[in-house]
Amino acid sequence: MSLLMLITDNWYDIRDLGNVSHEILYQLDRVLPYSLVYIIAALMGFVASFLIFVLPSQLFVGVLGERKIIGRMQSRYGPNRVGKFGLLQPIADAIKLIQKEALTPKAADKAVMYIAPIVFVAPAVLLFAVVPFGGHSVFADIPVSIVYFIAISGLPVLAAFIGGWSHANKYSLFGSMRIVAMTISYEVPLVLSLLSVVLITGTMRLGGHDGIDGIVQWQRDYHIWLIFLQPLAFLIYFFCVSAELNRTPTDIAEAESEIVAGYLTEYSGMKWGLFYGMDIGYALAAAAFASTVFLGGWSMFGLDRWIPSWLIIIAKTHLFYFIFIWTRGTLPRLRIDQLMTFAWKFLLPLSLANLLVIATEKVIWNKATDGNFDNFWVYIFAAVNILLSVAAVFIWARLLGYRPEATPKRPRLVNTASGYVPIPAPSREVR
Amino acid sequence: MNALKSEPFVLNIGPQHPSTHGVFRVKVTVDGERIIDAEMVMGYLHRSMEKLAEERTYTQNIPFTDRTDYLSSMSNNLGYCLAVEKLATIEVPDRGSAIRVIMAEFQRIASHCMAAGAFTNDTGAWQTPVMWAFREREKILDLFEMTCGARLTCNYMRIGGVAFDLPKEFEPHARKLVDTLPGFVDELEGLMSENEIFLARTRGVAVVPHELAANASLAGPMLRGSGIAWDIRKADPYCGYEKYDFDIPIGYQGDSFDRFIVRLEEMRQSVKIIKQALDGLPSGPHSTQVPLALRPPKGEAYARVEGPRGELGYYLVSDEGPSPYRFHIRPPSFINLSVLKQMTVGHSVADAIVALGSVDIVVGEIDR
Repeated sequence: MSLLMLITDNWYDIRDLGNVSHEILYQLDRVLPYSLVYIIAALMGFVASFLIFVLPSQLFVGVLGERKIIGRMQSRYGPNRVGKFGLLQPIADAIKLIQKEALTPKAADKAVMYIAPIVFVAPAVLLFAVVPFGGHSVFADIPVSIVYFIAISGLPVLAAFIGGWSHANKYSLFGSMRIVAMTISYEVPLVLSLLSVVLITGTMRLGGHDGIDGIVQWQRDYHIWLIFLQPLAFLIYFFCVSAELNRTPTDIAEAESEIVAGYLTEYSGMKWGLFYGMDIGYALAAAAFASTVFLGGWSMFGLDRWIPSWLIIIAKTHLFYFIFIWTRGTLPRLRIDQLMTFAWKFLLPLSLANLLVIATEKVIWNKATDGNFDNFWVYIFAAVNILLSVAAVFIWARLLGYRPEATPKRPRLVNTASGYVPIPAPSREVR
Repeated sequence: MNALKSEPFVLNIGPQHPSTHGVFRVKVTVDGERIIDAEMVMGYLHRSMEKLAEERTYTQNIPFTDRTDYLSSMSNNLGYCLAVEKLATIEVPDRGSAIRVIMAEFQRIASHCMAAGAFTNDTGAWQTPVMWAFREREKILDLFEMTCGARLTCNYMRIGGVAFDLPKEFEPHARKLVDTLPGFVDELEGLMSENEIFLARTRGVAVVPHELAANASLAGPMLRGSGIAWDIRKADPYCGYEKYDFDIPIGYQGDSFDRFIVRLEEMRQSVKIIKQALDGLPSGPHSTQVPLALRPPKGEAYARVEGPRGELGYYLVSDEGPSPYRFHIRPPSFINLSVLKQMTVGHSVADAIVALGSVDIVVGEIDR
């Protein structure tokens, strides 16, 4: 009985943090001038979305969790000395980074080198403004959140570029050039894949709740996640975002084994720490965005009525972030020309084809139901799209010349030291 | 519209670089990302071992050989001892030879673990395969520690045999290890050779055609990766290698991937040899008595073994003194590295790192 009392929409209903903040602001509005309440509201949004979610995630999931999980993947323990299970390791790291001297090379452009980390950090904070943590708990519920998100997430590249350029270091220059080239290439299929999402949902608002259109609300209404309806768009988004975030297998901008640390080569101390920490911030933002757009956001097939919606989105974000950790722990790195080929020859045509298919389906849906879109067609489209995506990926890869069976994976064995052994004519038996 | 002005610039890869496997430097001239010239600069680790050896007795020189190629000290010991035995015509008892074979093959596996791990690290697989390979290498080093007390610089072989007989617990441990090692090789193969990204990075990269490989006198996996079936253990057997049944793995076109899979297969073949050697381990003395102040008759001798990196040769000249008149090493890393320019020019910087990793250099051996 007492439990049921909690799931009203009163201020103590913690399923949606918007309720309590709304109540606080409502009461403050009675006694304080409007401008002050506005500032308090902004601060509360910042505290809620950044300090409660981003910072702990960054410290404990990003720094510690990533190192722990990768440690296990590499059959070692990971940090386990500072605090219980190494829980205080991120704090120890931060203290170490602050203590370290931030070196500046003599030939560096000092002003630019100082500005770059700041330019890098600011957008990471801004990105979380539009991520909905519940029906009402969105810091900035703007109707074009998707455009906002894409625009802001393009900014850190500028910081990485000017940071790398300012060092007067050749490795940094390589890193800057690579990151710019790669971001420009991958931004195109990324936007196209999101465009198909906008096309089918008909809204650019990320959140939404009962009565207000939004991508999450659309997924709630039709009881389907967009990952099932548009698997190809999801895949393209995932590849592009991991390229833009510099995560393995596309971390060519700071490719450790090739160009030392890329655009971070000459950074040290907390200036480096800001880049490192915010890399995780961007990855978390991208994960939150992907789970909002493709994985149903804060909704969970009706479960969001019982479980606090912010817990759902945090869980989804971290599950998505785990994929980033996983790929980082297992995959080698691609070369820049291969990445460019992948973006322009593989992802771009596929995302255009995806857009065409989605547009066609939208028209069919509209005509078949006379404008009142119903659920039935969505499930048919989902089934068709999953099949089409698998077929498109395989056929297009084959057309581009992908032949896995043509590569022998085992060496030939001979029993005598007999000099050069010519390669046998290719036959079907060669695996 | 004016075309953008561009000019090539010089990039120093090394001596302090994560992927040069020590202090080695390649001065590459790049046009954008494409390498148009590469110049190798070596000598940062030069310790003048060959000259130092002329002042020490034949036995005292054995620890020096540990420190040339520090990843395969057993093979180095073996090559040097074979050269001295050839010079002084010393017979090695059967048990000593068998123990030498076991140790040299274990050392080959350990070294190839390191080579495969470091190579995958160069392609960007962030530390995971290298840690897995280290895990297996650790078990082999444990065996070495059990036998001779040292893990890296073993100093185990002696002129006329080996320093100590195998301890009692060696054989069960070794048998357990050779049973699990093929599983690890399969695992690494599944992780890397089946990986599309790894294939894309290594297939057709840094190709050494078989003519170039033969002309440059390459050896070991570099030569076999180019499709040339050549192995000192088969061509010029020593330590009774003719008794063991094993195959030579050879590649197809001599690219980085071929060298990688050749190394993996060599680990399997080494396990096969160790099994046979453990089964047929003869009893008897492990070493012959050799005078401490050995004075070989006047003359010269060249002995070669198939080290993990290729033909490892030791050339000795004696003037009947207690120390060699001339001591020269044929280091496989050094000679394999000589084709680096042909492998890298025309490729990108990222490919140069893969090329360098696929050579599997040990700088201690290059600079000696």
